[in-house]
Amino acid sequence: MIEIAAVLGLPLAGALALALVGERRIAPVINVAASLLTWLASIALTARVIIDGPMLVLGKLFFVDPFNVFLVALTAFVGFTTAIFSRPYMRIEREHGRLTAARLRLYHSMYQLFNFTMLLALLTNNMGILWVALEAATLTTVLLVSLYRTPASLEAAWKYFILCGVGIAQALFGTILLYFAAEKVLGVEGGALLWTELNGVKSQLEPTVLSLAFVFLLVGYGTKVGLVPLHNWLPDAHAEGPTPVSAVLSGLLLNVALYAVIRCKILVEGALQNPFAKELLMGFGLLSVVAAAFLLSRQRDVKRLFAYSSIEHMGIITFAFGMGGPIANFAGLLHMTVHSLTKSAIFFAVGHAAQKAGTQMIDGIRGLITVSPLIGWGLALGSLAILGMPPFGVFASEFLILTSAMREQPWATPLLLLALGVAFAAVFSKVQPMVFGETTVARLPQRPAMTPVFVHMAIVLMLGLWIPPFLADWYRQAAKLIG
Amino acid sequence: MTTVPLWAQLINLLAAVLLLLAFAMLAQRRVLTLIDLFAAQGFALACSTAIVAYATQQPHLFWSAGLTLVLKVILLPWLLHRLIRQLDVRWDVEGLINIPTTMLIGIVLVVFAFNLALPIAQLASTVTRATLGIAMASVMLSFLMMITRRKAIPQVIGFLSMENGLFFAATSATYGMPMVVELGIALDVLVAMLILGVFFFQIREQFDSLDLKHLEKLKEHE
Repeated sequence: MIEIAAVLGLPLAGALALALVGERRIAPVINVAASLLTWLASIALTARVIIDGPMLVLGKLFFVDPFNVFLVALTAFVGFTTAIFSRPYMRIEREHGRLTAARLRLYHSMYQLFNFTMLLALLTNNMGILWVALEAATLTTVLLVSLYRTPASLEAAWKYFILCGVGIAQALFGTILLYFAAEKVLGVEGGALLWTELNGVKSQLEPTVLSLAFVFLLVGYGTKVGLVPLHNWLPDAHAEGPTPVSAVLSGLLLNVALYAVIRCKILVEGALQNPFAKELLMGFGLLSVVAAAFLLSRQRDVKRLFAYSSIEHMGIITFAFGMGGPIANFAGLLHMTVHSLTKSAIFFAVGHAAQKAGTQMIDGIRGLITVSPLIGWGLALGSLAILGMPPFGVFASEFLILTSAMREQPWATPLLLLALGVAFAAVFSKVQPMVFGETTVARLPQRPAMTPVFVHMAIVLMLGLWIPPFLADWYRQAAKLIG
Repeated sequence: MTTVPLWAQLINLLAAVLLLLAFAMLAQRRVLTLIDLFAAQGFALACSTAIVAYATQQPHLFWSAGLTLVLKVILLPWLLHRLIRQLDVRWDVEGLINIPTTMLIGIVLVVFAFNLALPIAQLASTVTRATLGIAMASVMLSFLMMITRRKAIPQVIGFLSMENGLFFAATSATYGMPMVVELGIALDVLVAMLILGVFFFQIREQFDSLDLKHLEKLKEHE
């Protein structure tokens, strides 16, 4: 109870404090401190779940189960490391004159508020509150995407707002339909939007209504996951916003939106007793993987490149959950974890590289390793990891997904392999000259914060070689829950 | 033939008004009139929610109706009017592409929505179930409006009126969502409106216009 209050209260308090403090030298420190405390609270929560097992608190309004506990810890952790990274990054941006004091205040305050909405979405047991939190997450990040106020960033933010707004409205309709079906079974007072209650009676829910509801929910939340063909906002928002925002969008928001889809999928599958939901997820997943892989080679902006890579990976995870079964679900959960860590690490490295080169264009960034070996190696390792090279964790999860695809959906395996191959060729050929070769980048007076990159990569490496027993246990239990 | 109680007839009437207003918004060129239509739609929604609340003795629906009244009839239109005054786009007339075609597409959408809602409406135990199709139709019409408009403010009004349709769906199918959810949704809508206000100024400052044709530069190849 107290742990959940801390996990949710700290970022909220941080947002308030940062709005009041404004642009001072202390503001980034408060940002880091609030994120650190949130992370510590999430560790306390995790420890409590390890000792006491899943919990349901405050009139069943919040809950922690094996499916969301590791996502809470992951979200708080990436939120913390991104705050560390953003401190020198935003200072350099300020010195380059790209930001004013008022905008930095907005940035810091909204950053904490965004973390709050992510954690609220993960911890709430109420499907309505889940919707409210995800909509609030869009609202907090819209102004961050347009932080630089360039024409391109305004356009990206407008696109992001309208597409995700329309998408999320579809999800609201889906939620209404879900409530409509549940209310017949649970009654008005029975907490008909509480996920745990719904999960208990899922086999009695009206199948026609639920299948329609799932279509709306998948289209709605799927827009936020960035599933093709609803992905249009994603590369623009990633490329035009400040890099810490790109890192949390890719690392956190996509995961949480996918989490919402999977929660809905569990209910719908229980009600339908047919593979309708699975087939939809597999279809959207596979389409995203293939389309994103082929679009990768056309990218010339490095942040857009990795934004498309995020779409590809979200597609892989969606496909894995669509296949279902203990192994594919386990792999999907592992992939969510390692993708989030690796992709945010890549964005950290890319952000500093772009600052040193003075451009985000891939052609303008050359020979990072000669000027700054740390950034060069960080980017090289991160790219190799995200492309699925052993011994990193992404390899383990992709390997598991591919082997279960061969067994259960053999027709999809060649498509997946082709897409992974195309993605490898595209990203590797673009990243290689960025890291090696004649240098075009300059030294900057500020020291970059590269520790988060290597911490993330170390965890990804560890997950590729050894998964802690409690984590594997959660993955297994959550995989069983997802079905 | 079974007689329909008066209040149910009233709700059906208001549902029809809601749909008519959605069509009117689809065809309206002038921004100021559009805001008035949006306010009228909010008023119809608040009335029908209040009638459902009175007829079914659901006290929380009164709150919901009050919330709609304050937010969608008074606050949001007032904010929009203020915004328009400050941005000085009062006489903004939009050269809509082919209103008749848009209306025809709208009619097709309504038929589609009614067909989609039919199986669900039959399952509903509420007296107002016949209006579910109308709710879905007005959501789709707002969606169409967002697609066909080229300027920022009409797009936003389309977005807000979509929210109206969704609320109407919630009251007619289930007698409203739990209060905590409705409050959350209302908060989100309000914050969205405020953020959009800020956003309009940013767009305006950058492009000297609220025409979204300036916002079509981001393409794959640059």
